Amino acid sequence: MMHSYEIIQNGASRSFPTVDDSKGDDPKGDEFLTNTSGSGDILIYLGDVPQLQPDDTDRTVLIELDLECLGVHTGEASGTEGSDVLGFARYRNGNDAPGRLIELVRQPQSSEAAITAARQMFEAAGFDVVVALDRPGRIIDRLVRPQYNAAMRFLDDGLASAEAMDMTSRMGLGYPDGLIERTQRGDLERHYDISKAIYDMTGLAEYAPSRMSCVAKQRKAE
Amino acid sequence: MTSNIKKIAVCGAGGTMGAGIAIVAARAGIETICYDMAAPGLERARAQAGSFFTKSVERGKMSEEDRTATLARMTDTTDLNDLADVDMVIEAVFEDLQTKRDLFTALNKVCDEKTIFASNTSTLSITEIASGCGREDRVVGLHFCLPAQMMKLVEASQGMNTAPKVFQAAWDWAVQVGQVPVETQDRPGFILNAVLVPFNNDVIRAVEAGIATPGDIDKAIKSGLGYKMGPCELLDLIGLDTQVRLCEAFYPVTLDPRASAPPLLRRMVAAGHLGRKSGKGFYDYATA
Ligand SMILES: NC(=O)c1ccc[n+]([C@@H]2O[C@H](COP(=O)([O-])OP(=O)(O)OC[C@H]3O[C@@H](n4cnc5c(N)ncnc54)[C@H](O)[C@@H]3O)[C@@H](O)[C@H]2O)c1
Repeated sequence: MMHSYEIIQNGASRSFPTVDDSKGDDPKGDEFLTNTSGSGDILIYLGDVPQLQPDDTDRTVLIELDLECLGVHTGEASGTEGSDVLGFARYRNGNDAPGRLIELVRQPQSSEAAITAARQMFEAAGFDVVVALDRPGRIIDRLVRPQYNAAMRFLDDGLASAEAMDMTSRMGLGYPDGLIERTQRGDLERHYDISKAIYDMTGLAEYAPSRMSCVAKQRKAE
Repeated sequence: MTSNIKKIAVCGAGGTMGAGIAIVAARAGIETICYDMAAPGLERARAQAGSFFTKSVERGKMSEEDRTATLARMTDTTDLNDLADVDMVIEAVFEDLQTKRDLFTALNKVCDEKTIFASNTSTLSITEIASGCGREDRVVGLHFCLPAQMMKLVEASQGMNTAPKVFQAAWDWAVQVGQVPVETQDRPGFILNAVLVPFNNDVIRAVEAGIATPGDIDKAIKSGLGYKMGPCELLDLIGLDTQVRLCEAFYPVTLDPRASAPPLLRRMVAAGHLGRKSGKGFYDYATA
């Protein structure tokens, strides 16, 4: 089924950045933004999301998420919530340009029809779509940030050089790039922000930002 | 880079890794003694090497004469005494400290005093494997990746008593046979497994916590990070029982909670969901 969508944007979007705050052009994103119909069965909030007003239309609402959980926008008390309001984020390696992946964020009782509609809309626009429960870091950052923190700690502890670690990532693990080079390319202070946000929400030590990313954050603040 | 190592032995050459390492050595012109305690494994490995080199000929990577000569460089034995005059032994026997120690201690009595002992261990300490073998200064770590005949990376490490020139000799040999060594400290899992084992556990915990389906986790990792294989697919391939064993090797020495076997992993193994080899893991292969 084809869906039309309306976009309300306040400030910069991380999923669909303009050329200025992205690393290069984003043809896929540009196309998605221009194909908005001005109205439609899906309403998409990009950038800063205003306080949500109760919506008596039954359209699907998609909120672009950054580091926060969807519950911040929908309200959450029992952990069993869910409605037509979903979250989403287009995956970016830190501040790298976004790719094809959309992480769609749901709550336990989220409307299945809304999930299907959002999935269809993004897939029709050429994105890969996965559905994640509303937890910090969604899928990828939840899984890779501990790995990046560990890699940076290994460097600090003298396990191996950055070159050796990156070569092992590429040639031994078959990753397209090294863990260290990837974290650095995505900006260390952004790694700090992501890790810190997940750490604050989970208290798990593996998300405590690595020393190198703390240094990068402090330098940026100076 | 030329190395003085012209003749090696692979211990455990009838196993998964040993068979591959023997192929790496023999195709690079090294006289290779394939030693295993189990003769059937050696026969399997020889057949595997034969068909691997046949494919190499078909793909134009090797001539028929080279194939014959390479296979002739590989000699099978179940007698440890046949390893007396090799320049280096690479052991790829079971991942068990005592087994590896016993082997090096026995080899120390058999081999020339200059012979280097290399271990392909994934998780054990090179220093601990070398301890008490009688030539601690000549023991190094050379950790190949699976499948060794395809993967060029070798993690090379020194034990606390390894002589630098021995490490250099093993390194040079790895380069000479076409591998790409990287140096790591003698720490649990070196780089590769220290990165991979906890990551895979995190994936299993994410599945258990209902964050996403295995299919969506794999899709996210492949699309978002560009990995060729998703982590759930990879776990099914390496075997969930193998992941438990890796956790059991890691956790007691690191006490890293991420290295401990997630409850879901143990339940899957108990249920016989071992991955591809049992027909079911994160995915169902019976219907595939
Ligand atoms: N399988 C992997 O993915 C992988 C990758 C890298 C390193 N390693 C390491 O390589 C080693 C071997 O692993 P594998 O998966 O090939 O095991 P495997 O079980 O396939 O093979 C082990 C072989 O060693 C032989 N063996 C055992 N004890 C012996 C002894 N005392 N003397 C002679 N032969 C003996 C066995 O008969 C068997 O053929 C382990 O140290 C493992 O940690 C494994």
